[in-house]
Amino acid sequence: MSVDENMVRRIANLARIGVTDGELPALAKELSAIIGFVEQLSELDTDGVKPLTSAVEDRIRGREDIVTDGGYAEDVLANAPEKDDEYFAVPKVVE
Amino acid sequence: MAENKNLISGATGDWEIVLGLEVHAQVASKAKLFSGAATEFGAEPNSQVSLVDAAMPGMLPVINWFCVEQAVRTGLGLKAQINNYSVFDRKNYFYPDLPQGYQISQFQQPIVGEGAIEIDLADGAVKEIGIERLHLEQDAGKSLHDQHPNMSFVDLNRSGVALMEIVSNPDMRSAAEAQAYVKKLRAILRYLGTCDGNMEQGSLRADVNVSVRKPGDELGTRCEIKNVNSIRFIGQAIEYEARRQVDLIEDGGTVEQQTRLFDPKTGETRAMRSKEEAHDYRYFPDPDLLPLEFSQEFVDEIAKDLPELPDEKKARFINDYGLTPYDAGVLVGEAENAAFFESAAEGQDAKAVANMVIGSVFAGLNKADLDIADSPVSAAQVGQLVGLIADDTVSGRSAKEVFELMFEDGPDQGKNPAVIIEEKGLKQVTDTGAIEAAVDEVIDANPDKVAQAKERPKMAGWFVGQVMQATGGKANPQAVNKLVMLKLGLE
Repeated sequence: MSVDENMVRRIANLARIGVTDGELPALAKELSAIIGFVEQLSELDTDGVKPLTSAVEDRIRGREDIVTDGGYAEDVLANAPEKDDEYFAVPKVVE
Repeated sequence: MAENKNLISGATGDWEIVLGLEVHAQVASKAKLFSGAATEFGAEPNSQVSLVDAAMPGMLPVINWFCVEQAVRTGLGLKAQINNYSVFDRKNYFYPDLPQGYQISQFQQPIVGEGAIEIDLADGAVKEIGIERLHLEQDAGKSLHDQHPNMSFVDLNRSGVALMEIVSNPDMRSAAEAQAYVKKLRAILRYLGTCDGNMEQGSLRADVNVSVRKPGDELGTRCEIKNVNSIRFIGQAIEYEARRQVDLIEDGGTVEQQTRLFDPKTGETRAMRSKEEAHDYRYFPDPDLLPLEFSQEFVDEIAKDLPELPDEKKARFINDYGLTPYDAGVLVGEAENAAFFESAAEGQDAKAVANMVIGSVFAGLNKADLDIADSPVSAAQVGQLVGLIADDTVSGRSAKEVFELMFEDGPDQGKNPAVIIEEKGLKQVTDTGAIEAAVDEVIDANPDKVAQAKERPKMAGWFVGQVMQATGGKANPQAVNKLVMLKLGLE
């Protein structure tokens, strides 16, 4: 599979990364090369093999339903570029 | 397939509405799905946010087993397939109230598979609505758009709260069916205790998928109306949206697949965003979470203490108490109402109790805007009052007055009906000795009428009238009637 310029534009948009038109050809070439390299894996026959989602030989662990965290709005907001009272303030997102 | 009687008519003929619902039900947990922050409603902004919920670098999700248990419990209540192995995925999109840039959800392998709900229709019929799946996911934060002219405010208290997304098949054909579905689903969740069902606070909200077609045609293009938060609005949104689509198609247009919002003020739906690009969530398994696995014993343990569900309770009320399906349906709508009825009906005529609970208690609570838990009249008192009517201490008419007095007094006064009847002098004359004497007197004084009455039993009414007159109208008419019939040998 190769990645064309439109695909790069789309991926960049989905990832909210600014890419200029001038950068598109080089990125398309680079991404195509990466995918081509990884695609070698498809030469293997994986019929009947379950997808591996983790290399850890362990089972999921969990917590009890107990409140142990929170109560520090000022810490949560500490890195916010803008805030108002105890809220994050962001450029308006509805028309 | 049954004929659909809910068609809507357009200029070119009849149209059929096809509806499928995605209901988001907040798990009734104290802490969030993947963090230890609290879930309580109405807290100060951003006060119930852990660094996990705020998506600070390096923070890792750890699952709350209670939430898993509630999802399984709900799945069992929906008679659905439970998947002992499921997977959490990342659903990627950007929005200011989603700090991670993805929602942890379940895509291809949900925790609960196919199930079904039976809904009760107005004509007494029952229809089965298929459940496609139930999966666990995180809620996003809350955005406030109306606090500032050019800023939106974000509160992350909801961020990371556990939701069960329950997806139905497109099996509903009218607004009424969709409403009955949400009502039934809400009742099941509340019986199970897995979600409080509070639609005003957003614990239960529905995305409604609406499409229209000519009967027998393929499915039409659907629009999704997001986050409708009351049963009434669900009805209004569907009616409006179906009509809009029919008019659009008949005017030569085509329905575009889009997300729409319902505005309760206008009763209309409108496109949420003008988006040229379709969603591309790029789901993939969340590398921070191992697959969700549990044993069959875990499921069996939960199945063991599943409560009696609305359908089972309704069937029992009909069979054991002899209630009508309608009354039974009304009583089982809320587990608390059903419990109130059962407690009041103990040792009493259940039908009479059902009538008083529905006719007086519910009506009074509705009018006073009170919950059953705050009812000024207790279940025991309702039972006592029904008993006092049954044993002729008080007439049905006076009982209404007694009920109203108890209702006004409220739970603090706590006066039992017998006390009120005594105080207000509402007791019927049921002293059979006194009535009997009066009956004897009339019979002895009128041997000719007695003879006539043997021929014409209708004459008994004359004796009853005489006795009532003799007792100054205080005698219980049924008691007089009974004695007259007995003494005249007509019974």
